[in-house]
Amino acid sequence: MDPYIEIHNLSKHYGPIKAVDDLSMKVLPGDIYGFLGPNGSGKSTTIRMMLSLIRPTSGQILLFGRDLATDRFKTLSRIGALIEKPDFYNYLSARKNLEILGKLSDISNLKTRVDEVLDIVGLVPRADSIVRTYSLGMKQRLGIAQALLHHPDLIVLDEPTNGLDPQGQKEIRDLIKSLNRDKNITILISSHILYEIEQIANRMIIIDRGKSLVEGNVQDLVNSQDRQVAFVLGDTTAALKLLDNTPWTARILKSNDERIYFKINKDEIPHLNTFLVENKMQIFAVEPVRSLEDFFLQITDDDKVN
Amino acid sequence: MIKLISIELFKIFSKPRTYIGFGAIIIIVLALEFGILLQGDNIMGIIIANIKDRFMFEGNIINLYLVSYVILNTLWVHVPILVALVAGDLLAGEANAGTFRLILTRPISRVKLVFAKFIAGWIYAVMLVILMAILSIGIGKILFGAGDLLVVTNKVNVFSSDDLLWRFAGAYAYGILSMTTVAALSFMLSSMADNSIGPIIGTVAGIVGITIISTVGASLLGPVNKYIFTSYLPSWQLFFQTDSGLASLGHAVLIQLIYIVGFMGITIWYFRKKDILS
Repeated sequence: MDPYIEIHNLSKHYGPIKAVDDLSMKVLPGDIYGFLGPNGSGKSTTIRMMLSLIRPTSGQILLFGRDLATDRFKTLSRIGALIEKPDFYNYLSARKNLEILGKLSDISNLKTRVDEVLDIVGLVPRADSIVRTYSLGMKQRLGIAQALLHHPDLIVLDEPTNGLDPQGQKEIRDLIKSLNRDKNITILISSHILYEIEQIANRMIIIDRGKSLVEGNVQDLVNSQDRQVAFVLGDTTAALKLLDNTPWTARILKSNDERIYFKINKDEIPHLNTFLVENKMQIFAVEPVRSLEDFFLQITDDDKVN
Repeated sequence: MIKLISIELFKIFSKPRTYIGFGAIIIIVLALEFGILLQGDNIMGIIIANIKDRFMFEGNIINLYLVSYVILNTLWVHVPILVALVAGDLLAGEANAGTFRLILTRPISRVKLVFAKFIAGWIYAVMLVILMAILSIGIGKILFGAGDLLVVTNKVNVFSSDDLLWRFAGAYAYGILSMTTVAALSFMLSSMADNSIGPIIGTVAGIVGITIISTVGASLLGPVNKYIFTSYLPSWQLFFQTDSGLASLGHAVLIQLIYIVGFMGITIWYFRKKDILS
């Protein structure tokens, strides 16, 4: 099966500024694909080019195996999108907004479908209130509802949890996961909230200053890096003595009365754990310190140095 | 296309600002009609002061046609502002609200969208002119009754009441054409802006500015003057002149049509390649 999104050497220049610079990426059917980068890295520009809102300076965008430049209607009819802020016709109700957008997408049984998507995002009780009275969280959910309206195979979400409180962020994340799992919808989600991507995405790309830094499976990328792990121990002095003259000594970063911090690969954690237990050390907890956040910062910092 | 137009009309008529235009026309027409009812004799006395010694006036001089003619003169100053208020918002309003991100990521043609929006805006402009016609003639008939029309310009034209309906129909039809040009200008500016205030003010300032330049500095502009569309905005008055006036009408219509096509052409060219950054 063709990748749902295939981008080759995409660039967008505004005069001397390279907003997107020779970017290539691939989103496969069934993915929840994380599109990561710091603010101003070119994520939104790339997404806007994918949706034909911005013309690329050069490069090619294939959606569902078709060239967006020559097959815009057929490709866009299979995509739902929520780009940046969830903006609507504020003087109309949620239902009227969805009806207008549904007509543009030629949806049959529109009224039924509008009720369905309002139900999916939990907005039925407020469906007839004008959007101006909605909270940001409700607007985000309405944004996802409009993206779902025409039964898309792919949904593109640009920073969908921006500005939401933790509860709202979790609700959106749960909704995205359920759409992927239950409705078999492929999802591209951009974010600078890396924890979010680590929580829900299976594949990801990290970009900075318009360039791709790394692309691949989220867990592989995280696991390929050494991570910091803190072992919470009953007696750190005894543990340090035990580890002395073993290969683990070289992996110790620091220690205090309660914890010893190691820089080790994920696969090595059980071995170290076993070694300590077999030598009668009391282990109260093993805490991951390193995360995608560090990985992201490390990789973007490396890029700046280079 | 009809579906797109109906959606655009629905959006236009869901916005409160749309009704400012209808409200303004109702208030202005009523104020003028009742003003003329109360003070008409005095005003007419001033108008015909210079000629009353040489002519004998009989019958109902202040009648519905005279009142409608006065209202036409007055409102062609205001109607372009009301048209710009809606036409200037058609594209820039979507950019400002961020809703282009919703509609242009759907499988619709940008060119069709431009035409649908313009036609919807044009329908609004037509409704304004028709409302003005119905109010001024309808209420004028109730308050003043029919009669011959006396038009005093650089000469005196008298039109018999049975020769006037087609002239007013023609004047209003030409008015629709003029307002279409205004709408096209405002719409073009709207395609280039991300906020509707610029196109609205730009249209009004442009029309007023060009009119002042072409009126005050007519000698400076010389032959160019006859190719500027603002010179032809008041050409509905040609319907109330003798046959030589009507002969000039073809040129006026042609110039307006050329500007409409030109403004629309620029709009489509610009909007097709516009990056949606809002």
